Order: sequence, then structure tokens, then C-alpha cells
Amino acid sequence: MSPTSAVRIEVAVRPELPDARGAGVERTIQSFLGIGVRRVRTRDVYRITGGLDPREAEKLRAELTDPVLQVSALGKLEGERFDFAIGVGFKPGVTDPVGKSAKVAVEDTLGRKLGATGAVYTSTLYLLDGVDRAQAERVALELLANPVIQTTHLQSFEEWRAQPPDLSVPVVPGHDTPAVARVDLSGSDAELERLSKQKLLALTLGEMKAIRDHFRAQAAGELRRAAGLGSEPTDVELECLAQTWSEHCKHKIFNATVRYREGDGEPEVIDSVFKAYVRGTTEAVERAVVAREGKSWLVSVFHDNAGVVEHDDQHHLVYKVETHNSPSALDPYGGAMTGIVGVNRDPFGTGLGAELSSNVWGYCFASPFHSGPLPKGLLHPRRIRDGVHQGVIDGGNQSGIPYGRGWEIFDHRFLGKPLVFCGTVGVLPVTVAGRPSHEKAALPGDAIVMVGGRIGADGIHGATFSSAALDESAPIQAVQIGDPITQKRMFDFLVEARDLGLYRAITDNGAGGLSSSVGEMAEKPGGARLELEKAPLKYAGLAPWEILLSEAQERMTLAVAPEHVAPLLALAARREVDATAIGAFTSDGYLHVTHRGKTVGLLEMAFLHEGDPDLDLTARWVPPRFDEPRTPPPADLGQTLVAMVGRLDLCSNEAKARHYDHEVKGLTVIKPFVGVRSDVPAEASVFLVRHGSLSGYVLSEGVNPFYSDIDCFAMAQAVVDEAVRRQLAAGARLDRIALLDNFCWPDPVAGPDNPDGEYKMAQLVRACRGLYEAAVAYGAPLISGKDSMKNDSRMGGVKISVPPTLLLSAIGRIDDVNGAVTLEPKAAGDVVYLLGETRDETGGSEYFRLRGERDGLVAELGQPAPYVGNKVPELDLATTLPRYRALESAIRAGWVRSVAVPAKGGLGVALSRMAMAARLGLDLDLNAAADLARLEPDVALFSESLGRLVVTVAARDTASFEACVAGTACHRLGSVVSAPTLTLRRGSAALVSVAVDALVTSFQATLGGAS
Amino acid sequence: MTRHAERLRQFDALPTPEKDRLRREVRVLVLTGLGLNCEAETEAAFRLCGARPERVHLLDLLEGTARRRLGDYPVLAFIGGFAFGDHLGAGFVFANKIRYRLYDQLVEFIERGGLSLGVCNGFQTMTRLGLLPGLDGDYRTPLATLAPNDRPGYRDAWVSLGFDAASPCLWTRGLSQMDLPARHGEGKFLASEVTLGRLREQHQIVARYLGADGAPTQAWPANPNGSPDAIAGICDPSGRLFGLMPHPDAFLYPFHHPDWARRRALGTAGTQGDGLAIFQNGVDAAAAALG
Repeated sequence: MSPTSAVRIEVAVRPELPDARGAGVERTIQSFLGIGVRRVRTRDVYRITGGLDPREAEKLRAELTDPVLQVSALGKLEGERFDFAIGVGFKPGVTDPVGKSAKVAVEDTLGRKLGATGAVYTSTLYLLDGVDRAQAERVALELLANPVIQTTHLQSFEEWRAQPPDLSVPVVPGHDTPAVARVDLSGSDAELERLSKQKLLALTLGEMKAIRDHFRAQAAGELRRAAGLGSEPTDVELECLAQTWSEHCKHKIFNATVRYREGDGEPEVIDSVFKAYVRGTTEAVERAVVAREGKSWLVSVFHDNAGVVEHDDQHHLVYKVETHNSPSALDPYGGAMTGIVGVNRDPFGTGLGAELSSNVWGYCFASPFHSGPLPKGLLHPRRIRDGVHQGVIDGGNQSGIPYGRGWEIFDHRFLGKPLVFCGTVGVLPVTVAGRPSHEKAALPGDAIVMVGGRIGADGIHGATFSSAALDESAPIQAVQIGDPITQKRMFDFLVEARDLGLYRAITDNGAGGLSSSVGEMAEKPGGARLELEKAPLKYAGLAPWEILLSEAQERMTLAVAPEHVAPLLALAARREVDATAIGAFTSDGYLHVTHRGKTVGLLEMAFLHEGDPDLDLTARWVPPRFDEPRTPPPADLGQTLVAMVGRLDLCSNEAKARHYDHEVKGLTVIKPFVGVRSDVPAEASVFLVRHGSLSGYVLSEGVNPFYSDIDCFAMAQAVVDEAVRRQLAAGARLDRIALLDNFCWPDPVAGPDNPDGEYKMAQLVRACRGLYEAAVAYGAPLISGKDSMKNDSRMGGVKISVPPTLLLSAIGRIDDVNGAVTLEPKAAGDVVYLLGETRDETGGSEYFRLRGERDGLVAELGQPAPYVGNKVPELDLATTLPRYRALESAIRAGWVRSVAVPAKGGLGVALSRMAMAARLGLDLDLNAAADLARLEPDVALFSESLGRLVVTVAARDTASFEACVAGTACHRLGSVVSAPTLTLRRGSAALVSVAVDALVTSFQATLGGAS
Repeated sequence: MTRHAERLRQFDALPTPEKDRLRREVRVLVLTGLGLNCEAETEAAFRLCGARPERVHLLDLLEGTARRRLGDYPVLAFIGGFAFGDHLGAGFVFANKIRYRLYDQLVEFIERGGLSLGVCNGFQTMTRLGLLPGLDGDYRTPLATLAPNDRPGYRDAWVSLGFDAASPCLWTRGLSQMDLPARHGEGKFLASEVTLGRLREQHQIVARYLGADGAPTQAWPANPNGSPDAIAGICDPSGRLFGLMPHPDAFLYPFHHPDWARRRALGTAGTQGDGLAIFQNGVDAAAAALG
């Protein structure tokens, strides 16, 4: 056989056994597409190249088949009848992780390597019964395959039988390496703008001109002439600058000079909202900490890949949260998986490399039950939700990292672009190989070593792509596919190398690929020389600029001292991990890129990092007005409460969440779900830092884009308060809470196609101010953050912008995890308290949206769902902090048995969650709190006033508890009862009396079937 | 079995310091790498039981670059994780590497009286290799498989396990019931009726999923994968090799249990995690054999 022709092996579950995968697809076809398919069976198909002889082929067939479970054949597996067969495989060049593992098995079995042309290509064959051709085509395109990355091959039974087995393999056609081009920037302004758009550079006219002028000025220089380069940038240089200067990498909006005014008031000039409010928060907090404690517990903030804080004398904690929105819109599974495995590399690329401890995720979607029109080019939100979950499930589980927090929010404005937040906590030993672990610097002369995966055309232009609105021109290669096992193996290797002191600095290859990782690492030594032909490629034919910019996954870049190169590469070989020296750091002030000995890029470091012209933006705030409900409130508050806990934003997502690992590593203390049946989400999660120590960290978050419609200042304060309250609820120390800010905004740069840009910029300014005030008051520094500023979709000619969304993620410290507190009341007879004031603050509430739906109102495309209302919850920092401190003392003293945090859905939903978690009843009198007594009953139950906590205390401890929290608005509402009914009274008049089971049923039904 | 039983009786009679001394001599090979991920908790478990766990990368064992050979260890742990991403079936590629490159050492280890525990991915690997069920001393022919769960996909939820008191399994001596998390997508134990019959007869079905009534169950979610006869774990006829789908390594401390906070409030949380007993049994059996 010739080395390039393939052997095909088909493997199926034995006909007498159930095919669980097929049955799953069958159910989804029926429920999701509404097609009454009779039966689905599946087969794994392997196409193997590398010159196998018939004996080898047969040996492999036998070895790839589980004799108890499967049957198989070379070529086609005959014997089953079906109506249509759909083959789903990868497009050429797309990562095929299963194929990669299969190659290992093939080589082990044969006892030889497959050679340079040998590979295993996997695909799946779905055999459908009871469908016609048109239905089979729908199944192929709407369910089984994503045309962005996959190919489908549809055959009727007769066609399948008549045709020989398909032996073709998706090989990237090899061709000569494209030449390096010089880019002519001498054209008019319009031509420059066109060029930027055409090449997907996302550079503004000003930036294009700055680049043109720079290269004209450089042309006379000795170096440039010696290298044979002229007054025009090469494509390598232009692409590298576009990546480095992209909004994604450079945060131009956060660093812009902003003229902000309210209404027609005097404009105020803010020199960078990042400096003023984000870094400003941290500096203010740190000053206060140093004044109080004499030293800071912040180890490394803002300048590395993730924030680092002190934990104990052995370990620091590292935390980073990222978004991966645009890729997840195009390919939900691959995009989201890359989101999680990508953010894993941030803590690992921080300091000398942190081991990964836990993941968090949070998603903003349109309703999976969306039945309205779908702009052309957008995937149905259910498909996006299913794919995003599965991507993060596989990425996290296969990496051996448990998840700590997971939440979902639904609003139809996420139809255009979902928001996919993924984060990772890392644990960094205080010293590594005798050095402080949080410091790193490449030295001139150090080798540049790339570790992990190989470079392909995947993920080119990711950074610039995510810095523009999503439209039909989105490039397919902007999507990368993650391969978590390759990355896990790389991390295992890197931990060994780290502890042996084999590298001096490390960073990850994410957006911008090598251009970004090497460009950043070269800042300290003052230059780098990169030899692109040395970089290992997945296939031939990549242009030099593509090698430089590829965002192919699973790669880290190291700076390695010359004497450590050989031992590092030897260890990599022992672990079967790719590692290659591809250049060296220098001090000549240039990023010097060569390809086969020829200079293809010569970029002045100073221009690369500082040459980007500043942005000037204007912002104008005019408070909006929204409708209040026009109909009387619902008469039956019990039934309304049952409906509330079943709302998409409040219901259980356990059907999805259980597919994520909760406890691998054995360090999870308070898991994502709590209660006697482990089926109610915890207020916060608690993890040990390592085996053998009882101190831990607490994870929580706050997110509420609904308040943004009314005022982003209030929104930001609310999310800080929620994140902090959740920390407190789990038993965290109030003086060791660190925050991460993730801004996902609609484009706030005003322009002809963005007429309300000034308003969105004003929303950003107000959010930052709210964040600053609350975080400084709570003494919680911002240690890391990320912004994603172009969350608009123009698919099908319809513009949909996400509501401004700020995710505040908190990581706190708990000195002894044995003191952790959970949500569920522990025993009948315990006393229930409400801490904090309730006001009429129903604006932006879940309750108002329920009222809107009851009144038959539907949101207009791109507008918030009615009713929005106007009375958004406001934070009273003068009273909340003393209350939290008092409660912290009471928890520390051991008097507090459970804590719930009223947030979305208000007090009513918080009490319901407690009752559901314990499967116990509560008997409470709202008149016990004067503020509750004054409010309309529905407002008392569903207002989302901040600063509140519900607490249960054993009867024997009530006197001590009350004394401890005296003066902080503490209301004794009643007690926990064994009869499982939630009873809320006003004096003797019952407002609500609902069975806990009825709440549970509603809570679980909404998304219980949508798994 | 009888030899072991006799040694264990002698060990049980020893004073605690003497037991601890012998336990400290038990080296445990914790096989790692290639996508496995439960090394930290497995190591912690064996250490808490007084043994000396050592992490060894499979590739080092294959290439002879490890500090010790497999035969130098009395206990071998096949840990949980996603070796090679579970591609081609859970445990498949990993087991294949062992089959073609380490098999003789492995069989020698077993025939010389070694103990082995396989959890989750480790159980899948042992089954794929044919180490389990190991009928008639044949540790090479796969007679069973761990097939995809009836409800597809990986799932993490705690289950209740019941142990067969009449089982020869050395790892579960004295145990009757335990809660542990099941965390897998492929845990449905399949074998021929003949094989299943022999496993029942020889009490090799060590652990079964229990329903709320305390009886073995086929009902999801108590039985997370639809395993026939509610099979959660099996041993070989000697009782030295034990494979289990749920994770004893995930219940080392009282606070690992999902209902811990309530149990603590009611004073019933205990002082250690139930899962530790399995590791202690294994370590003690190995220590007894040393003594």
C-alpha cells in the first residue's frame, strides 16, 4: 500500500446492546428538531495513513475493538439497515484530539512509528432510521455538525451500499510557503481604512497613519537597510502591530482620555478609566492595608497574566477570569472549550507558573426556548447553550480541574453574542527552585522555547476579530479547537521543569500567538530574535506572518538560560511533549523576525509597545426612564413565589452542572450544590489550598446586567456587594477579599453606525465609579481583570448589543475550612433572622420581568424585557460594612448555622432556597421587621434591596447572636419548622403558604429537561 | 486468600506502633501522567493511612527511567482521570501502552502477590487490560468492559455503595456501606452471563449501588450508569486486585461529604472520611504480607 492511502476501520456497538450515544442523539433530534426519528445508531470511523500492510490493518482493527461491547470491520461494516447515513468529520487542519490519541495506540500496537505522512483521522457515522433526505440534511446541519469546522457526508442506504468506502482524509494541501509581502500604505485615508478592514486588522485610520509614518521615518536607518527592508512594513510587521495594538490586547478604551458629562453639565476629563478607577481602587485599598497592617497582602497585580495574592507562608493564590464570546457564537463547543483551556494558561503563565486548582464559569444566553425570529447567521440559543456547556465540561474535566462556581443569566439581547466567562484559580508555591515564584524576567541571551502544541492556521486573527462586531465576514480560522489532554500533559511537564529551575520566565500563547508572548517577554531584556522556520508546524504552507500570529492552542513560551536548554528539551522528550528552541532574547531594542535566514520583520520594541496613538472619547449620561407595571400585582403571592423560583435566571441548572467535575483533587469543601439532597446552588464555594492544611479559599461572584438598563453605577455597586455578601455567607474573612473585574460592553465608541456610543461610554464611566466606591469601601482590591468592548452583532443586517455586563469575581480567605457555613438551615427550632433594610427597590428586578410576561409584553429586539421600572437597588455603604463585620464576628464565634444572600428574586427567593436546601419549613412573620411591614407585600418579598442576609441560629445561641449584631438592622422573623411548608405571615394573616415540594418541582422543571 | 487471611489476623493482633512501623514500609506506586489527574488525593489517602506513596510517570516506568521497578512495590494504584482524554473508550490508549510495553512486569507483580486498586479510570484500565475480573488466574484476557452510561455523558454525583461481606476483597474488609461520588461517563459494567454468574458465585462483585431503601438498585440516579446487578466494583478471585467506579479518594475528610455542614451542626460528622477505610485495608494487607 502506498504510504498516503488510508486504511478505514469502522467500529460499532454490538447490535444486541444499546448504543447510548445514538440514543442521546435520537432524543435530541426528537425534542430539539421535532423530527420523529425512529432510531439512531452510531459508529466510530478511523482512517489511518502511514503505509499499513494488511496484517497490520487487521491487528489494528482487532485492537481498536472492545470485544465485549463492539463489532468492527475494515472498510464498511455491513449488516445494519438504515435510511440515511451521515458522516461527520473535521475539515482539513482542524485539531482532531481523538485522532491524536488513536495514533499513540496505533503506534504502540504496531511497535513502530507511522512516519511523517502517517496520521489517524477520526469521524463519526450516524445511521438514521425513519427520516427522509430533507430531514436528514436538517439533522446534519442543525444538530450534528458545525460547518465552520466540520464536513458532513450524507448517503441513503442504497447509496451507501453501492459506493465503495470513503478512504479520503482531510489533509491540508501542501504548497510552497507564501512569500513575505510588503504592504503599500501610501494610499488615501479611505484606502487605508479599506485595507484595515480587508485584512481584518481592526486598526483605525489614526493607527494606520502612525504605522505608515513610523516606517517612513525608519527607512533611512542602518538596521532596516542592512536587512533589506524599505519604507513600507512587511505583512509580518503590520500583522504583528495590529495584534499588539488590538483592543483585545491593548485595552484602548479603558486607557482613553474621556470627556464625560451628565446631561448638559460641564464635561469632566478622565485620564483613563482604568487608571482612575480600576488601578485606582487597588492603590487606595493597598494604602489602607499598609496603614493598618504594616504590609500589603497583594503580591503581583495588573502586570502579569493573572493577579497574585498572599495565602500563607507556603502558597500564593492566583486568579484570572476571561471571556470567549465571539468564538463561542460561531462554534459554541470549540469556542467555549478554548475559553476554559485558554484561561487555564493564564495562572500557569503567571510568575513561574501556578498549578491549577479550580475553575469557574458563567454564561449569558438568550432563552434556550427562544421561538421568535433568528437573524441569519446566528445559531439557536439552545444549540449555543448545549455546545458551550459541553465545551467547558470536556475542557475542565479532561484537565482534571473541578469547578467551583457556575451560573447562567438569560436575556434575549444575548441572542447576538453569548457571553462566556471562564476563570481559573491557581496555587503558586511562594518559592520555586529557591527563587521567589512571582517574579520572572528573561535575560538577553536566553533561548525562546515554545512548548506544547504545534502551529496551524487555526485561530489566526482572534485578537483583532474579537475587537470588532460579529458579522458574516467572521473568518472561520478565528475559531480554535482545544485539546485539553495535550495541554494537561504540557502542564505536568512544566511543573517538573519549574521545580527543577529549568526556565527563567514563562507566559502563555493566547491571543496574538507568538507575536504577543514573545513581544511581551522581550520587553524586559529589550528585544528578541525569532527564527520562524524552527517553529514546529502542523502542516506545511503557512506564511511567516501566520506562524507568528497563529493562536493554535496548548502552547506556552519559555525563556531558558543557555545551560538549561538541553536538560529542558531532554525532559520534554521523556514526557513526549513538544518543545523547540525558536530564537533568543536580545537587548538591541528590536523584535527581529527571520524566516530561513532572511529578515521578515524588524520592529522597534518601543514603537510596538508604546507607538499606538491614544484614543479620545466622549461620554454623556442622560438618565433613562422606563415603564413601571401598569396592572395590579398578582393576587396569589404563594403561586407567584413558585413561579419565581422556576424563572430561567433563578431556576436550577443542575442538569447541566452535574456534568462538570465538582471535586477532583480532593480539595473541594463546600461544593457548587448544597443541601440535604445537594440540589440547591451554594452561596459561595470553599476549597482547600492543599492536602495537609486546613486553610482555604472562598469563591463567589456578583453579576446583574439587568440593573445596567437603569444605571450602571448602581449595577456595579450591586455586583460588588453581592460578591462580598456571598463571601461573608460562606465564612470568609472580610479583610482578605480580592476582586476581579470582567467588563463585557457594547461598543462605546460613538460613530456613524453607533449613534448611542456616548451613552454606552457614560455607562462604562458610571460602572467604574460605582465599582471604585464600593470596592474601596469594602477594602477589596481589584487584582486582575479583562474587558471585552465590542459585544455587538450585525448578523443578518440586524444590530443586537448585549446589555453592559460586569462580572465581579471574588476570592477570599478562610482560616479553617471547618468553620465554613452553608445555605441550608440545619434543624427545626432554629431561629431565622433577616439582617438589613428592605426598601421599594424593584427596578431591574426579576419580579418586574415576571410581571411584564404576565401582562403579555415582549421585548423589542435589542431592548430590555419589560417591565424595567426605575427604582434600582442602591447601596448604603454607611450601614452595610458594620453589619457585615458584626455578622463576621458572629460566624467566627460559631453562632451562625446557615446564611442565605437575598439577591435576584429578593427575600422570597432567598427563603425558598433555604427551605428547598433543607427540605424543612420556615414559619416567619414579616411584621417583625418594621421596614417589611411598611411595604406592599409583593414588594417586601421581591424587592432586591442590597446589603441583606438571612441567617439561622440555634435557639441556645440567640442571645449571644443578637447581642453581637445589635444595631445593624437585625430582625427576628421566626423559626425553622419540621413540616416542609414555607409560611410567610403578616401578624396572623398568611401571605404565602407553599409546600417545599412545590417549590422544588418548579425550581427543577424549567431547565431539568433541557440537558 | 487463606495465607493472606492468616497474616492479617496476625497483623491485627499487633500493637499500634508495630502496625505503624510496618505500614511505613509499604511503598505504593501511584501511576501518573498522560491525562490522569487524581494523583494528589490518592497520594494523600495512602499517606494518611501510614504508607509511602510515590508518584511515578507511566513513561518513566516504560522507559526504565523511574527510580524503581514495578516489582519493587507491594501496592500499585491505578488512579482516576482522563488518560488520553478517554479517546477510543475510557482507559483504552493507556491500557494499550501497558499491554504492549509493560505487561510482563505487571503480571509478574500480580503473581508475586502485589495488591492493586483501580478507581474510575483506573478500574476501566484494569478491566481493559484483563487484570479484572482475573478469572482462573488469567490476567490477560478482557472478559468485561465499562460501557457508556445509559444516560450519556460524564456526571458527578454522590451515590451510596453496599459491600458484599462475603467477598474475598482485601480492600473492603469489614465495610458494609459508604457514600462516595461517582464521576464518570463510562461505568456500566458489561460481561457475559457466564462471567457475571461466576463473579456472583465467587463474591467478586464487591460493591453495588444502593437505593434509598438500602437495597441494590437499577434506578437512576442511585445507580448512575445502569450497571447490571448494580455493579459498582469487582475484585479478582484472590481479593488483592480491586476496581471501583466511585471515588474513595474523594472522601478523605468529613467535610468532603456533601451533607457535612448539617452533620457537623448535629454532631454526627465524624473525624475522618469514610473512603479512607478502603486505603487503610489495602495498606494493612500489604503491611501484613511484609510482616
